[in-house]
Amino acid sequence: MAPSGEGAALSFGAAAQATVAPGAAGELRQDLRLIAEMIEPGSRVLDIGCGDGALLGYLARQKRVDGRGIELSQSGVNACVGHGLSVIQGDADRDLQAYPDGAFDVVVLSQTLQATHRPRRVVEELVRIGRRAIVSFPNFGFWRIRLRLLTTGRMPVSHCLVYPWYETPNIHLCTIRDFVALCDEIGVRVDRSVTLDRHGQPYSLDPRGSLANLLAEQGIFVLCGSAGL
Amino acid sequence: MSTLIFPRPRARSDQDWPGYRLLVRAPLRLDCGVDFGPFTIAYQTYGTLNPDRSNAILVCHALTGDQYAADPHPLTEKPGWWETMVGPGKVLDTERYFLICPNVLGGCMGTTGPQEIDPASGQPWALSFPVITIRDMVRAQKLLLDHLGIGSLFCVIGGSMGAMQVLEWAASYPDSVFAAVPIAGAARHSAQNIAFHEVGRQAIMADPDWCGGRYLSLDRKPVRGLAVARMAAHITYLSEAALHRKFGRNLQDRLAVTYGFDADFQVESYLRHQGSTFVDRFDANSYLYITRAMDYFDLAAEHGGSLARAFEGTRSRFCIISFTSDWLFPTPESREIVHALNAAAANVSFVEIATDNGHDAFLLHEPELFETLHGFLNGCAEHRGLGRRK
Repeated sequence: MAPSGEGAALSFGAAAQATVAPGAAGELRQDLRLIAEMIEPGSRVLDIGCGDGALLGYLARQKRVDGRGIELSQSGVNACVGHGLSVIQGDADRDLQAYPDGAFDVVVLSQTLQATHRPRRVVEELVRIGRRAIVSFPNFGFWRIRLRLLTTGRMPVSHCLVYPWYETPNIHLCTIRDFVALCDEIGVRVDRSVTLDRHGQPYSLDPRGSLANLLAEQGIFVLCGSAGL
Repeated sequence: MSTLIFPRPRARSDQDWPGYRLLVRAPLRLDCGVDFGPFTIAYQTYGTLNPDRSNAILVCHALTGDQYAADPHPLTEKPGWWETMVGPGKVLDTERYFLICPNVLGGCMGTTGPQEIDPASGQPWALSFPVITIRDMVRAQKLLLDHLGIGSLFCVIGGSMGAMQVLEWAASYPDSVFAAVPIAGAARHSAQNIAFHEVGRQAIMADPDWCGGRYLSLDRKPVRGLAVARMAAHITYLSEAALHRKFGRNLQDRLAVTYGFDADFQVESYLRHQGSTFVDRFDANSYLYITRAMDYFDLAAEHGGSLARAFEGTRSRFCIISFTSDWLFPTPESREIVHALNAAAANVSFVEIATDNGHDAFLLHEPELFETLHGFLNGCAEHRGLGRRK
């Protein structure tokens, strides 16, 4: 499942690639479980960078959602289609334009934004095609990352960011504060946010505060277009 | 100078061929405006139709294919063209599904085509046969399914021109298609592909034995032209990598080049063989008509220029498949279909299979293809109430 080169992965590290069997409730990765909790039963969901379909499979079985997925790796797509999920091989930069406005109740972009070529455009597309968008990403402002850069003077490698700088697919890393600023700039409303600590435990901190930007290893944001559909 | 060598053609005794025939008496209105009929559809079936009539799969063949997907070909005695896919326990499991594979309208394996006798003249149709389209082929297939009492197909599947028929089915009869699997296809024939077809047609028509298409009445056969058409086309079905892997610059039964125009290279010998065996089983005029049908195919044009509109409101489940090394129907063509289906909010899966087998990959042993299709069909079967299998 390891990506073969720059831009080849939609996930930000080995830990982010879902490896549990689809639908195996309880074994869902912590951030995916939190995302699943935010999704209403029976909704129409698009999961971008869906890996082997862990979240989609879970949602289909537990919440009877009408789920679709986009995944870059052939092995991931095959695993999904093999489990009866509707998934296309593609990526967030190229394959969102075709969807009509408001095509989905929820669009999920989990641990993928930082690997896209045009994150700003992608966020705009998310809130266009989904009534809500759920975006999760690693916070580059996390204190351990800051400390590592400060003390070693080298690009941080952590259990979340496993690739050395010269072969990482994560070409557009950002901090929580960067992300909130981007949302403000393009008129996207943050409906809700959850920050996760090192162990994936959620705690509520104001995403606009400096504490969240320092203490959270990951952020999960629920967005909607400024029109507030 | 050595050129193409043609074996003596076998006598045609097509009444003894395996399979079924349906005589359609009522005329069929074709896209060209002709009311055509009566005509015959030759078809083959595999497996058993269940009592609910819910397990039927329509298999659509490619340009030079026929109804013998999983039977020895009655003329060449070679295995069926999709034996990799069709059979007990295979992806298209004949113990589970009921498969119908008709020969297309304009074909030459029993369905009415230009080599059949025109009742009005008592002579073979030749070029007085009406120009047919992919949509005409599909209309004829619909008549066959109505005759068989199958109102809703579990799946329509096919590669290449078969994929065109699948797309046409999904657009024309969406309520009759539960699942659609176009493999290595396109929603329209590209300029490059039309160009290649034109080369093939010109080769046939340049053969003195073609006789303006009336070769059958004159007891002649444009084998040279048809063989050259096949040779040119065959190159487009492969990939540079596959040709290199199979033949490289290897010489054919010799240690050095001969400074002549004999088939020095293995790849030449291979192509000549492909050409000369093809003419045994295929009719030159059929080749003209069917390539023309492909050229005319443009699904968006049939729907006001919008491909998404062709699929508007569809409830069919789609699985689009392309191959990395296919330069005849390259992946962007499939992706365009995917995007149109997305725009129509359709239920679609899409996989690009990594292989160096080129366009022909859909006919070959491609484990990733089998795995994807197996999973897709299983998921669909579950939704269809056909149960799930490992």
